[in-house]
Amino acid sequence: MDFSFTEEQNKFRQELRNFLEEEIKKGYWEPTCDAWVQGFDPGFTKRVAQRGWIGLTWPKEYGGQGRSHIDRLILTEEMLRYGAPAACHWFGDRQVGGAILSFGSEELKKEFLPRIIKGEAYFGLGMSEPGTGSDLASLQTRAVEDGDYYVINGQKTWTSCASFSQYFDVYVRTDPEAPRHRGISEFIIDAQSPGVSRIPMIDITGTEAWNDVFFDNVRVHKKYLVGEKNRGFYQVLHQLDYERSGMERLMGNYPLFEAIIQFAKENKLSQEPAIRNKLAQLQIEFEVGRLLIYRVALVMEEGRAPNWESAMSKAYSTEFEKHLAGVAMEVLGSYGQLMVGSKLVPLRGMALHSYLGSKGYSLQAGTTEILKNILAARRLGLPSS
Amino acid sequence: MKLTLTEEQEMLKKTARDFLVDKCSKKFVKQMEESETGYSRELWQEMAELGWMGLAFPGKYGGGDMSFLDLAVLLEEMGRACLPGPFFSAVVLAGLSILDIGSEEQKQEYLPKLIRGEKILTLALTEPGYHNYDASSVIVEATRNDGNYIIKGTKLFVPDVHIADYLLCVARTKPKNGITIFLADAKNPRIKYTVLKTIAGDKLCEVVFDQMPVPKANILGRLNQGWSAVQKIIQRAAVGKCCEMVGNIQRVLEMTVDYAKERKQFDRPIGSFQVIQHYCADMATDVDSARFSTYQAAWMLSEGLPCTKEVAIAKAWIGEASQRVFALAHQIHGAIGVTVEHDLHYYTRRAKAAELAFGDANFYREIVAREMGL
Repeated sequence: MDFSFTEEQNKFRQELRNFLEEEIKKGYWEPTCDAWVQGFDPGFTKRVAQRGWIGLTWPKEYGGQGRSHIDRLILTEEMLRYGAPAACHWFGDRQVGGAILSFGSEELKKEFLPRIIKGEAYFGLGMSEPGTGSDLASLQTRAVEDGDYYVINGQKTWTSCASFSQYFDVYVRTDPEAPRHRGISEFIIDAQSPGVSRIPMIDITGTEAWNDVFFDNVRVHKKYLVGEKNRGFYQVLHQLDYERSGMERLMGNYPLFEAIIQFAKENKLSQEPAIRNKLAQLQIEFEVGRLLIYRVALVMEEGRAPNWESAMSKAYSTEFEKHLAGVAMEVLGSYGQLMVGSKLVPLRGMALHSYLGSKGYSLQAGTTEILKNILAARRLGLPSS
Repeated sequence: MKLTLTEEQEMLKKTARDFLVDKCSKKFVKQMEESETGYSRELWQEMAELGWMGLAFPGKYGGGDMSFLDLAVLLEEMGRACLPGPFFSAVVLAGLSILDIGSEEQKQEYLPKLIRGEKILTLALTEPGYHNYDASSVIVEATRNDGNYIIKGTKLFVPDVHIADYLLCVARTKPKNGITIFLADAKNPRIKYTVLKTIAGDKLCEVVFDQMPVPKANILGRLNQGWSAVQKIIQRAAVGKCCEMVGNIQRVLEMTVDYAKERKQFDRPIGSFQVIQHYCADMATDVDSARFSTYQAAWMLSEGLPCTKEVAIAKAWIGEASQRVFALAHQIHGAIGVTVEHDLHYYTRRAKAAELAFGDANFYREIVAREMGL
């Protein structure tokens, strides 16, 4: 066992911190909660790309750096620590690029990977539908073959970053006769295609967090089929393992974590035994969760897809985020209810945002209940229910 | 970064597990709980022959030249087996402390005997009253007399004194800021002890030092400056307890999952019910997180890195995680789990004792708070 980082890894972390601190100093952006999924800043994405920090683990032949998953985790950890606006590239970098690498044709790899790496292709995900949440295999959006094209009809929902996305990674039914797990395929769809439309959904914090995305006779060339036809369900399970693997589930609200500790210190609240105890407990939970997530990166480093490992770390981490938000609101007392824009709002409204927003964390990318099912089946071998 | 054991550690783990499955059945554990000594001399000797007592000591004392991290692996297996006896007292509390701060002469005197399994050692640290492991809670006094010292006072929750040959006694040698560790003959007639009846069935004692003389040469480490050594002893003991607890709750998770697969109600294994599955998933998460935070602390100790915060995190976390694990383990086992017919109670009882030993979650949360600058 070895819980330390190599000298190169420490250097890399320092390099990231220098870069991010410089960005903040120049006033390009300020640390924000949920910035990994709500902070759209093409300029930032471009500057990150220029340093070679998108597609860090991907093979060099597609423009990647071929670096380790630990390096990538350090990278994302620091982005989250500083609340950096990385939403433009986050999905492409975290999972769609990986999906194309694992399953896509050579042509797709050449078309998309270098552009994701350059920070020029932003992705949204099309998995859930109005009638399809946890039971993903029930999805109804249809794709029908028509010569060299597929014609797609249906509706996706809960698509993050959709109004900025240039492409959607969409799962659709290509064989309605087959058993439902075996009739789904994955496509990359250009968001500008005729027939694609989006309607924003406002979340409980007042933010445009998602879109409904509609497909009305959208024609997609066959070359944008990712992987094998009708194997999409198995591909999406793989992709979800990656979606759940990262530090964003633990550190999405890290700016709040730092701010509330600082606030408690400055206001002498940290000398109140009850608050002291709760903040220390948060620190403990945070550091324990961090180890569960590094375990996931080590699994990936061994060349395995993280499965129950990322289910575990994600389920754990979203509980931490809720706990953090709850304690932060408690520490702020009545001030916690003040919203951004109000006189006297504390901590730039981060606690309130996080308190409300964190209700959704244990739903997206697999509900905690689904994740525990995965743990029970895959880690513990319990019989199916 | 690497979170897996080396090949050698895997071998050590396997050897230890096989040996303990063979020699340390629950029937044996029960016998030891009911016996006066609480351990078997024969098994003790076999463990010495396997090199367990000496594992983390240098070869020149007869040890195995392995690390604290290797010892952590062994402690985990001992926790898994509910191994009774004074291994923890002799090796983790006393032996490694002598290695840390003893003079060469003291090391030569005590370590080889410990390593060969000939002598048993322990540590007398805590005292009656609320003990929060700070220097001010040490009241037992050692006063100077003719160049020697006279120890007077009562220590509480001292493990294995009834079978110990030597003990380390933490005593006050100056009213303020003066703590000294003494090495004493545990068989001295001026030591009176009472074995307490405990939840874990281990042998914790009340020990009264009735004007016990100790030669000056038996000071371990430095006069009046013993507290920093004691802090290190507590830290190592806390991590050692965490390791035992990891073995304990890992086994309990396995037992519970096996039970959930076998036990049928409503014509199906109860493990097919989602409620039970989610309980088990929660247990697995607590076990894994406790494992990693424990091994992080053990690794740092082993590497000689400063780890006040990491040790505190490990012990605070596992204290509460283990309580959650047991609440669910008992719920899933149903009524059989609260009988002595089933093995679960051995684990439940030991986990509570380990949670209390060397600082509970509240104690370590306060340390984390200080480390955070709160």
